[in-house]
Amino acid sequence: MQLKPLARSLAAALSIVLIAGCSSTGGTQDGDSYGSQDGSTTGSSTSGTGTGSQYGSTSGSGAGQQADSRIPEVRTIYFDYDRDTIKSEYESVVMAHARYLRANPNAQVVLHGHTDERGTREYNMALGERRAGAVERFLNIQGVSSSQMSVVSYGEERPAVNGQDESAYAQNRRVVFNY
Amino acid sequence: MQSLSKVCLFCLLLLVSSVASANLTIEITRGSDQALPIGVVPFAGSDGLPEDVAQIVQDDLERSGYFAPLERSAMFEQPSQSDDVQFGTWRSLDVRYLVVGQAEQTDGGFELQFELMDISGQRRMIGETVTVRGNDLRGAAHYISDQIFEEITDIRGAFSTKIAYVTAQGIGDDMQFGLYVADADGRRSEQVLTSDEPIMSPTWSPDGTKLAYVSFETERPAIYIQDVATGQRVQATSFDGINGAPAWSPDGRRIAMSLSKDGQPEIYIMNVGSRSVERITNNNSIDTEPAWAPDGQSLLFTSNRSGGPQLYQYSLGGGEAERLTFTGNYNARGRFSPDGEQIFLIHRSSRGYQVARQDLSGDRLVVLSESTRDESPSVAPNGTMVIFATQQGNSGVLSAVSADGRSSFRLPSAQGDVRDPAWSPFLN
Repeated sequence: MQLKPLARSLAAALSIVLIAGCSSTGGTQDGDSYGSQDGSTTGSSTSGTGTGSQYGSTSGSGAGQQADSRIPEVRTIYFDYDRDTIKSEYESVVMAHARYLRANPNAQVVLHGHTDERGTREYNMALGERRAGAVERFLNIQGVSSSQMSVVSYGEERPAVNGQDESAYAQNRRVVFNY
Repeated sequence: MQSLSKVCLFCLLLLVSSVASANLTIEITRGSDQALPIGVVPFAGSDGLPEDVAQIVQDDLERSGYFAPLERSAMFEQPSQSDDVQFGTWRSLDVRYLVVGQAEQTDGGFELQFELMDISGQRRMIGETVTVRGNDLRGAAHYISDQIFEEITDIRGAFSTKIAYVTAQGIGDDMQFGLYVADADGRRSEQVLTSDEPIMSPTWSPDGTKLAYVSFETERPAIYIQDVATGQRVQATSFDGINGAPAWSPDGRRIAMSLSKDGQPEIYIMNVGSRSVERITNNNSIDTEPAWAPDGQSLLFTSNRSGGPQLYQYSLGGGEAERLTFTGNYNARGRFSPDGEQIFLIHRSSRGYQVARQDLSGDRLVVLSESTRDESPSVAPNGTMVIFATQQGNSGVLSAVSADGRSSFRLPSAQGDVRDPAWSPFLN
């Protein structure tokens, strides 16, 4: 299993998907700026408003600058069992953080990777690190400097919720953006 | 004067029982059908003593799975020395072995005498006078259990050993973690570390004086070494990424661990004296959870190089790591038996995550536990039992199963979630 190259190409592929996704969901502006990775941060901000809908509304171009000066509100994304793939529904969340970090080069984020409780503790440490690492690489590809990011895996040690059913497990398999 | 000392004893009893309420308590969950019937007669002179020595011995023997103790209510004679034992009486109760004894308070502590009788052979097997300094009646009782167990089974007793374990309370950002050391029966637990950041993976030094463990107290994982008696501790690693899964080598000079400082988690060996690390594995997969073979010549570890987690053995003499597990698609966190001939591990079966055993001479894997959310197996130094973490309802508890799977017990706790047990080496 060669995760690094795999994840890198995956992240690149996801960026492309995202560009397509943006235009197909009506975001007509800024498609080019996503792909250009030139560090310019004009235009839209995508900030989710709650746990359910991470597809935030796309703000007008005038509000963009202001939005990028605030840390995006949605700071947790969730993963499938035994997977470190960033799900398409959370790409907009990660992109919002990428824009914020590019616009604020002094901002630092610690990416906390978490797993559900199933499986052994130290192996889950490794899985949590993979999840956070996948987000770090995605952000990096989006032009965020490596010096702004670090990764800490908590494995299954800090569950967000108690419980032994799939809904609890799903809320615990997550990466949290900590500023 | 005498009544005063009785009052003191009563106070002591209150104190002992209030301390005990924070302890783990044993629940036998499965008894072996091959357990040997034994009677442990209440020791003469033990009324009013702070501990019921015979009861501790009886509980030790029952917990081992090797013995099925006779209930006290069935003992219509209660001899305290071998000369008074009526063999016929005990034969009629189907008892094969009998323990008798007496206790006496002395100036500096207590004196215990015990004798072990072979009822069918109508003979005295062993006997000893045990001098107890201070209040350590529990320690003396475990010592007596060790002598009885070894005399009958030819296996060294492990009742005088300790367990280290981790507790957790709370949820999310608001959690409290504790590292504890307790007697092997879960009693006399003492907190050796507390933190609002995770504590993980305690491992004993082979001389039983130190623990190495992972603590997130700097908001990232690092490995610490702590002297159990003094509490003195040092941070041993501070690499980027995962600093995890410490495992002390049998010679005490090295600690194997998993570090992700170079990308993927890989197995490293740290020299405890110089703190230098040597990389052992090198590939594009997760390598973690190292364990030393008892001879110190090879490491067992978990790797997902085949796709999912499986156990591999790497000889420190060199060569390729050899895959050991092939049953199912999740086998992790392996530990050797003390003779190095078997491994105990977590196996994902159709029922869940369970403790399993595999003989290294063959590939057959046998599930030992009946619980299905098991983690962190740790083998007793005499190889008879495996302690592990599991779930009871929504709470983490410690449980143990005999190496043959025939008997098991549970150690529920009032201290929140209990996990990550580590059985100490022999301490005497």
